[in-house]
Amino acid sequence: MGLSGLEIFKQLPKTNCKECGYPTCLAFAMALANGKASLDACPDVTEEAKEALSSASAPPIKMVKVGTGDRVIEMGDETEIFRHDKRFNHPTAVTVEVKDTDDLEARLAVINDLIFERVGQEYTVDMIALVNASGDAGKFKAAAETVKEKTEKNVVLVSEDAGAMEVALDVLADRKPLVYAANKDNFEKMTELAKSKECPLVVKGDDLNSLAELVDKIVALGYKELVLDPGSRETSKVLADLTQIRRLAVRKKFRTFGYQTIAFTSKDDPQEDLMQAGVYLSKYASIVVLKTDKKEHLLPLFSWRANLFTDPQKPAQVQPGLHPIGDADENSPVYCTTNFSLSFYLVEGEVSSTRIPSYILSVDTKGTSVLTAYADNRYTAESIAAAIKSTGLEDKVKNKNIVIPGLVAVLKGALEDESGWDVTVGPREASGITKFAKEKFA
Amino acid sequence: MAVEIMKEKYRSQVREVVLGATKDEGGTRSTTIKVGGESTLPFLHFEGAVPNRPVVAMEVWDVFPEEWPQNLKDAFGDVLNDPAAWAKKCVDEFGADLIALRFKGADPDVNDASAEDCIAVLKNVLEAVGVPLIVYGCGKLEKDNAIIGPIGEAAEGENLLLGVAEQENYKSVASAAMAYKHSVIAQSPIDINIAKQLNILISEMSTPLLDRIVIDPTIAALGYGIEYSYSIMERARFGALNGDRMLGMPMIGNVGHEVWSKKETFIPVDEEPGWGDQAERSLAWESVTAMALLQAGMNILVMRHPQAVKLIKQNIDELMQDNSY
Repeated sequence: MGLSGLEIFKQLPKTNCKECGYPTCLAFAMALANGKASLDACPDVTEEAKEALSSASAPPIKMVKVGTGDRVIEMGDETEIFRHDKRFNHPTAVTVEVKDTDDLEARLAVINDLIFERVGQEYTVDMIALVNASGDAGKFKAAAETVKEKTEKNVVLVSEDAGAMEVALDVLADRKPLVYAANKDNFEKMTELAKSKECPLVVKGDDLNSLAELVDKIVALGYKELVLDPGSRETSKVLADLTQIRRLAVRKKFRTFGYQTIAFTSKDDPQEDLMQAGVYLSKYASIVVLKTDKKEHLLPLFSWRANLFTDPQKPAQVQPGLHPIGDADENSPVYCTTNFSLSFYLVEGEVSSTRIPSYILSVDTKGTSVLTAYADNRYTAESIAAAIKSTGLEDKVKNKNIVIPGLVAVLKGALEDESGWDVTVGPREASGITKFAKEKFA
Repeated sequence: MAVEIMKEKYRSQVREVVLGATKDEGGTRSTTIKVGGESTLPFLHFEGAVPNRPVVAMEVWDVFPEEWPQNLKDAFGDVLNDPAAWAKKCVDEFGADLIALRFKGADPDVNDASAEDCIAVLKNVLEAVGVPLIVYGCGKLEKDNAIIGPIGEAAEGENLLLGVAEQENYKSVASAAMAYKHSVIAQSPIDINIAKQLNILISEMSTPLLDRIVIDPTIAALGYGIEYSYSIMERARFGALNGDRMLGMPMIGNVGHEVWSKKETFIPVDEEPGWGDQAERSLAWESVTAMALLQAGMNILVMRHPQAVKLIKQNIDELMQDNSY
């Protein structure tokens, strides 16, 4: 995305003074292009060149923050269209809508309580969106007060009435909420409000053209802490708009769209709501506002987010150690695999479907699979024996029998010597576990 | 200010594959289905054609699906002992575009059903429904190789979609497709190079088969490595659009099969209070898995729960709406 070394070199003084720590200006330019040096190290660079270079090296999508302190949420700062090219930086903020006409205390209690744990990760709802559904400024203010008192979550204040926004923002400004939204009629007042309270502001258009126009007007007013809403609400149209905004920002460096995006679901049925939210989360929305606050709907959404935003260049790992499946006890079978997430999940899935409570011992192979780790000397009799010891497995099960993958049957003898355990050679593929378990353990 | 809309121009498009055959075409199906043919990434109607909507196949087994969670079984009522009635219900009530018939009972560890047993079931299902069929064996190579030929022969001309050809074991399925006019699922283990290699191997057996291959890139369930499948699919589709003929096939995903063995679908809420209601969660797990795969370019989703099918079909309806500027 950034400039090439040669393009940067053209802007440098070409004195080869070495003060930057590099032997030549060209070497320094190359280091800059790779993000390994900072332009500040050059004593002679002109102001003009500095400006040209810093705007060219600015991220294509500006990072914007909502909230303060430990609760701050960073969004935007994305550089990619496809996750296989490079990791998506900031997971979509999952936001649940509440209205100033709801029984807010009850709803906030439910939302505060939403804590999900899955495969060692914990998720909570990132923000609530407080909607001025009553249309009444007084009610909106009172609701903001309830929010302030009853939840610590970050907030999106949703009202296009600048008067209502002003009174609610007065209550919550310290939390640095997201102000939704500046439209073509209210933007001067909304921008002034957001600017004076230093809160990020959503710019809402009626389509991409009107959105671009409005962004430029607000930037001209001197405010750049912005989030974009193209105004569309039909699934297909939102997908197209979010795709255009991301492409234009990343590929064309179109500064007007160099901000993060927010998308609202439009469904009343919670299952449909979830599907629509899933599409927007998949395709580029930095914030998704949905209506359901049920665990059974949000868990799949959080899981998809966790998957999508992993780093594709790093093998996904699970926590090495002992993982009980079901009510495992001292008589349960023990299966041994690596901590490569795909291997682990395959084994875990198959072991759970045997419905026999079991342990899975996940050996730390730095996220490599069974055969790779074996070839790499990370999955050996020694490392498995060490894992048996370090996890205290000897005190947890009586049978002292461990199942190893059929692919590394060759380890059986060495592991028996090393650990003193009986070693059973399991199936070569995880898919054979059900049958294997039926014969051995049922 | 007019924003300059960014449209990618791709060199090629996904191959169009027809499933099923009507009476005029040598089969007995009342309808055929076309998949593929798109000249852009999923649902970007503003820059290319998406001539055929993604379709949903519902799974039917030749034996009672004992291992399914109760809420999934309950969704079907009393038809699960009768493959023909089961298939009919999927089409008539649940809107299945196709039926994916899985011969679980052929597994030597289940019923060890013979090719003749399977053919009898197949014929009943063909008679009960007019939609095209996908046929899966039991998953045990040796057995599947033994039954796929006779099954293909018995349904000659129906243009079934036969599963599954793999790199080390593609000949029996491809031969059956070639000899009896069916299509082939070419399955590769989340590996774009093997996907391509397998298509080359199959096309070396018979060039015309190239237009009758559907790629199964091997999908994982939500939470179980789906991101690998997602990225492999995006890359394969990108390759297809940029002119790689050996990657230009439509894609199929065994969604229900992957999802319904995962604990998120069967652990009751009292064991995992943080996960919410099991019945609702399980079908959401299937519908969200399917949703994500659609966004990576899936053309055929093989699914189980009627409500998940309904949700994904609605999602497809919405995504097929024109979004041109």
